[in-house]
Amino acid sequence: MTDLFHSAPSVREEPLPGGAHTSLILRKGQILRLTDIEGGANVSMMMLNPHEKSERLNLPDTLKGQHTARLTTGYCFYSDMGRVMAGIVADSCGWHDPFGGVLNAAETQEKYGAGRYQELRNGFYRNGVDNLLVEMGKWDLGLEDLLMVVNFFSKVTVDDQGRFGFSTGNSQAGDFVELYAPMDVLMVLTALPHPQDPATDYLPRPVQLSWYQADDMQVVSDAIANRGENQRALQNTQLFAL
Amino acid sequence: MTLINSDRRPEDAVYRHVIPAGEPWLFEVKKGQTLRLLDLEGNQAIDTLFYNSDNPRERYDPQRTLRRQGNVYLTTGSVLYSNLGNPLLTIVADTCGRHDTLGGACSQESNTVRYAQDKRYMHSCRDNFLCACLHDGRLHKRDIGANINFFMNVPVTPEGGLTFEDGLSAPGKYVDLVAECNVMVLISNCPQLNNPCNGWNPTPAEVLVWN
Repeated sequence: MTDLFHSAPSVREEPLPGGAHTSLILRKGQILRLTDIEGGANVSMMMLNPHEKSERLNLPDTLKGQHTARLTTGYCFYSDMGRVMAGIVADSCGWHDPFGGVLNAAETQEKYGAGRYQELRNGFYRNGVDNLLVEMGKWDLGLEDLLMVVNFFSKVTVDDQGRFGFSTGNSQAGDFVELYAPMDVLMVLTALPHPQDPATDYLPRPVQLSWYQADDMQVVSDAIANRGENQRALQNTQLFAL
Repeated sequence: MTLINSDRRPEDAVYRHVIPAGEPWLFEVKKGQTLRLLDLEGNQAIDTLFYNSDNPRERYDPQRTLRRQGNVYLTTGSVLYSNLGNPLLTIVADTCGRHDTLGGACSQESNTVRYAQDKRYMHSCRDNFLCACLHDGRLHKRDIGANINFFMNVPVTPEGGLTFEDGLSAPGKYVDLVAECNVMVLISNCPQLNNPCNGWNPTPAEVLVWN
């Protein structure tokens, strides 16, 4: 059983339809749960400091600081300024991907075929680059801010020759991941199939977003302070967010 | 791992510059020109960012680059894609065999996380990037994304582990890239003293360009 660091009911619930994009500020001390409603979901996410948006998720620092290419419970997301923006405090899925990025319009058409609004109305084929850019534009962010994303619920392995392998069925209906924010964090996200998912039918899956207040910030911070690097990054965050 | 040599001769280059250990260098390569990064003394990490000089908001995209080649390491044949999906450069020769684009560049801030708070004021690659960007004026902090570490070896295991291994490089190893558009090249010749990415001994690197 995964430990949970919140006991009160969610303070907010919001379904994110497959194909959609949204953004939110997870406040210091809050936990965001992403739930894969139908199974097979993928959520591509950027993270930024809403108060100084040039500070953002740095996946290279995150991966090398924790010596991992696989994100699950206990791993933190570092900013380029050496702080923890969020940490994974619960995860029923076990593997989230830092490699795949998002598709752009041309790549989406190449994979799924044409899927225009003119014929399909709101069932049209959306793509990760445009979804993220539109959402980023609402926060006065531009192309230069479109950096590496995390793909939640997806598993991509690397063999001994460096070749990628996409694991189908990594996330089942009801699987969830919880992100704890030790500082305010702007999250920009879109629910689209993982770029390396071999399925060629355009079938984006919905996710449920649920907000919770952490019961005790020190307890939940301690749960992700499981290595020296995370302790020092959390200390940087705590000094910054005093 | 296949090593590919180039028949280009240094004396035919139209541009040559030696970047001393720990310094940045920003320069341009025109479409069709060949760029060589040369590890003069071995085991030096050359942290590099690429931008389209005609639109500096278009720049190197590690996730698209890795996904489209289906492999986590860069070597001969790797096409370096931009955030708009266009090829920026293609690696056409490589005597090292493997280059990293996951490990990123060191910074004062990440040094406090990876090593200790008292490492904060040591010199770092991202300080180099920022200094060169702000002098040039076309680039700012928000343009500094994930870079390529030429000559660095950062293997990923099937279980999802990520490790830093001894460098595969040696004195005289090089990588050649053909520019697919006009490219700004931003290099930090890594000053890292806290890990073996450059053998704890930062050394000079040379850049050469041929028409």
